[in-house]
Amino acid sequence: MTRDDWYRHDRLPHIYCSGCGNGSIINCVLEAVSDIGWNIDETVFISGIGCSSRAPGYIQTDSLHTTHGRAIAFATGVKLANPDLHIVIFTGDGDLGAIGGNHFIHACRRNIDLTVICINNYIYGMTGGQGSPLTPYGKKSTTTPYGACEMPFDLCNLAVAAGANYVSRWTSYHVTELTKAVTAGLLTEGFSFIEVISQCPTSYGRRNSLREVSDQILYLKNNAVLHQRWKRMQEKGEDLSSDQFVVGEFIRQSRPSMGVSR
Amino acid sequence: MLQIMEGSHAVAEAVKLCRPDVIAAYPITPQTHIVERLADMVADGELDSEYICVESEFSALSACLGASAAGSRVYSATSSQGLLLMAEVCFNVAGMRQPVVMSIANRAVGAPLSIWNDQQDSISLRDAGWFQWYAEDAQEISDFHFLAYKVAEDNNVLLPGFICFDGFILSHTYEPVDIPDQESVSAFLPPYHPVIQLDATDPMTMGMYATPDYYMEFRYEIDKAMTQSAIALRKAGSEFKEHFGRDYGELIEEYRLSDADFAFVALGSVCGTIKDAVDEMRKDGKKVGLLKIRSYRPFPAEEIKKALSGIPLVAIIEKNLSIGSRMKGAVGLEVKDAINDSGVCVYSYIIGLGGRDIRKLHIRGVYEEAMKGNGDTFYGLREELL
Repeated sequence: MTRDDWYRHDRLPHIYCSGCGNGSIINCVLEAVSDIGWNIDETVFISGIGCSSRAPGYIQTDSLHTTHGRAIAFATGVKLANPDLHIVIFTGDGDLGAIGGNHFIHACRRNIDLTVICINNYIYGMTGGQGSPLTPYGKKSTTTPYGACEMPFDLCNLAVAAGANYVSRWTSYHVTELTKAVTAGLLTEGFSFIEVISQCPTSYGRRNSLREVSDQILYLKNNAVLHQRWKRMQEKGEDLSSDQFVVGEFIRQSRPSMGVSR
Repeated sequence: MLQIMEGSHAVAEAVKLCRPDVIAAYPITPQTHIVERLADMVADGELDSEYICVESEFSALSACLGASAAGSRVYSATSSQGLLLMAEVCFNVAGMRQPVVMSIANRAVGAPLSIWNDQQDSISLRDAGWFQWYAEDAQEISDFHFLAYKVAEDNNVLLPGFICFDGFILSHTYEPVDIPDQESVSAFLPPYHPVIQLDATDPMTMGMYATPDYYMEFRYEIDKAMTQSAIALRKAGSEFKEHFGRDYGELIEEYRLSDADFAFVALGSVCGTIKDAVDEMRKDGKKVGLLKIRSYRPFPAEEIKKALSGIPLVAIIEKNLSIGSRMKGAVGLEVKDAINDSGVCVYSYIIGLGGRDIRKLHIRGVYEEAMKGNGDTFYGLREELL
């Protein structure tokens, strides 16, 4: 099966805005599952609420479109009922980092065998661009019109600290690296977390001096600092600029996990 | 002065005039424009409130409960799934007798997912101890907020309240609205001075265990307060008329009912459509009228009985479904109980769920079904299902 065989073609075209990064990211995930050679009848996609969570509707497998923030809790039930299923969760920064935060840390703690793809567009896209717990400090949203005054989460650090077996971060620009990271996550036993920073031209870019879609993608390219480089910078006592963020693989380990098929 | 504005912005303007100390809300369609506008007002310094970008609706109402217990006037807004996520806190707010006011942009409840309008969300929280008022148009939504704080903070009431209005139909459409000035609102609604609040110099605990010896008395007190809220609303509604000219002295509104031999009963924006349908049907010689229920909690049973007396046929337009009940609609059950006369035919019609448009021809269709004796049923289902 090729990547395109995984799409539910009668649901296309999708409803995402022009220039949205979600399409590239879904492509990368489906590239990864078809590369591994999983079958449609043994793979389940589960999501919560938001733009990212519409993804399973476009994929030709069993799926659950659940309540806001709860995808991981629903997925935990599915996985424990049938550990032979491969389970992939699509979520976003609001769905996972805010309303579903508790489920996230407990899934990391249990290290349950799920793969979570978190599309981080820095705001609540579907409801019109309100500030989320991932809105960077000082950046504008419809509920932070002069810039966010709270510090954002680092979801990858949170996942590492809470015990996940695989954690990485890439962006919608880094499609090759992202596809490899998703493949690694899917093949890792235990909880795998991949954060993908993505552009939202409709609700984020235009409020934050990134008027064109390409401006935002270049922003992601130019401000991504490789994990290894960041380590060297820290040794030299250097800090990240306010726009820079770290990408790469943060952990790959084999803590005992839950829900693995024996 | 009349201004053309979006329903959500009329709410935001009214809330601003009520001067809440704390606002906490979470984005959910179709409520979001209200809190976005309030966030702007706070950020621009037009409104001196704490605006908290919380991480869920559960946190939103919890933060409001805390702020209210500390003696603040507080505000939140939500819809649908958001309100149901707040359900546990809703019972706590009422139980702790905090006068929280919350706007509900009514929306259907999943699954399947729907962002469109019906009234299932607030009606599902019928028994939570919040008063529930339903607005017909943007003016009513706006005015209800001044009344809601006035009634909620009345020392004989001390209960929270929902201001319910149909999502998209009212929240996203533009109408002329009279937004009063701050001086006249402040004259009608003075600052909140709680009789009890958390106070370090006189410590108290709210929400502690009530043993079986006492729990029931707390529930009795809440119910009594809800009854009191009807009296407080009538009083505040009449006072409102003196200040602003619009009369909310009654919990119901009668439209061409006095000589009617057929009555529609409804809540919310559909009343506007029904009034037009009634006018048309009157021209055809049908003696029909409308009873609009403004307050679903407290339920004005006596007024409804009086308004409908002598009318042999009553059709309730229900934007909710009480699954498993014989009448199917939650409002119909109570209207029938209020009339309490086996000689009167009272029928519920489940219509317009999940945002399906209700047009004048459907109102006429309901009338025809009722005349044929078909009631307590869905109206307008897709034919392939029948």
